[in-house]
Amino acid sequence: MPHIPVPDDLPGIRGLMAFRPETGRPLSELAEALLVSESPLSRGERETIAAYVSHLNACRFCRDSHAAAARHLLGTQCDLVDAVLVDPAAAPASAKLRALLAIAAKVQASGRLVTADDVAAARAEGATDRDVHDTVLIAAAFSMFNRYVDGLAALTPDDPAAYAEMGRRMGDNGYAARRAGTAASASEPAR
Amino acid sequence: MSPHIAVRPDLAGITSLLEYRLDTAQPIRELTQVLLRGPSTLTEGERELIAALVSHRNACRFCATAHTAAAALLLGECETVDAVKRDVAAAPVSDRMKALLGIAAKVQASGRLVTADDVAAARAAGATDVEIHDTVLIAALFCLYNRYVDGLASLTPDDPAYYRTLADRIVHRGYTRPPGGPPSAITAAAQNDA
Repeated sequence: MPHIPVPDDLPGIRGLMAFRPETGRPLSELAEALLVSESPLSRGERETIAAYVSHLNACRFCRDSHAAAARHLLGTQCDLVDAVLVDPAAAPASAKLRALLAIAAKVQASGRLVTADDVAAARAEGATDRDVHDTVLIAAAFSMFNRYVDGLAALTPDDPAAYAEMGRRMGDNGYAARRAGTAASASEPAR
Repeated sequence: MSPHIAVRPDLAGITSLLEYRLDTAQPIRELTQVLLRGPSTLTEGERELIAALVSHRNACRFCATAHTAAAALLLGECETVDAVKRDVAAAPVSDRMKALLGIAAKVQASGRLVTADDVAAARAAGATDVEIHDTVLIAALFCLYNRYVDGLASLTPDDPAYYRTLADRIVHRGYTRPPGGPPSAITAAAQNDA
């Protein structure tokens, strides 16, 4: 049971954002800017970083919903995210993405662990400043989202189909329209 | 160590990163403004104590120094924030704040550590649902900030005067972007020293 009363039994972060729309709106906008807006990283790659950091933080809601979004967005490469969650070094990812995932894993533990050598290794595989910036900020943002969701014991569905549906919605609609308190999805009538 | 990416060289810490990418900075700034300066039953000083504690425990020198200075400015003394960073249980704060700071300390390590008992204890000491929510989200937000600042090796000035100026700005002007962007804060000489 969540530590605070969330409206309408909304799952995960949506319930928390509906509890406090004043903070829910910028949280949605940050997710939209980081995961949907223009970036040298594809949307599927960015959702993979989000799922991976959430996995390292053992946040099931965020891991499973963002992994589902990554599978939806990656299309024929949908195996990538599952392989990354098992072992990013062995995943069929580009060398650039593998180097960025290594940086993301360090950020998840502590930003202080990221060395100039880590960044140089990513650059050697073609990463630009924006790739490095966006990777670090996605990893940092999910270190926030994961703590928010688990720190307030947000509702976490057990049914894998619930996550598949969330992933489709996140992939198709992004995050900006998910205004707290007025969130609508394909399976729920708009209020 | 110089920053891992090319940011404005006359800016330091989080300010340099927020200027690097404005479309992600805007919601981060707005979230911070709502949480730390918006209407709340927690004082601004109490909210800065949460920011200082979490940043201290993440060993983020830039954020810990800045929010320690902001808390001291808002509280009118330095002893409370120093005591909170040393030992929450022994700090001269209310039982309600001790309970909330205890929850923040758990969130810093992992959100999964916060128990129903922790929340019940905070409620028994007078904390409201919104205060509990905001405490968790402030602690989580500073886990973002601390990783952003250190993960990109943004410039961390040594000069205490830098943090006094920064604290004065976040206390008196808040967290929104100054019109036209932040003023230069680092001289060429300081850049060479850093």
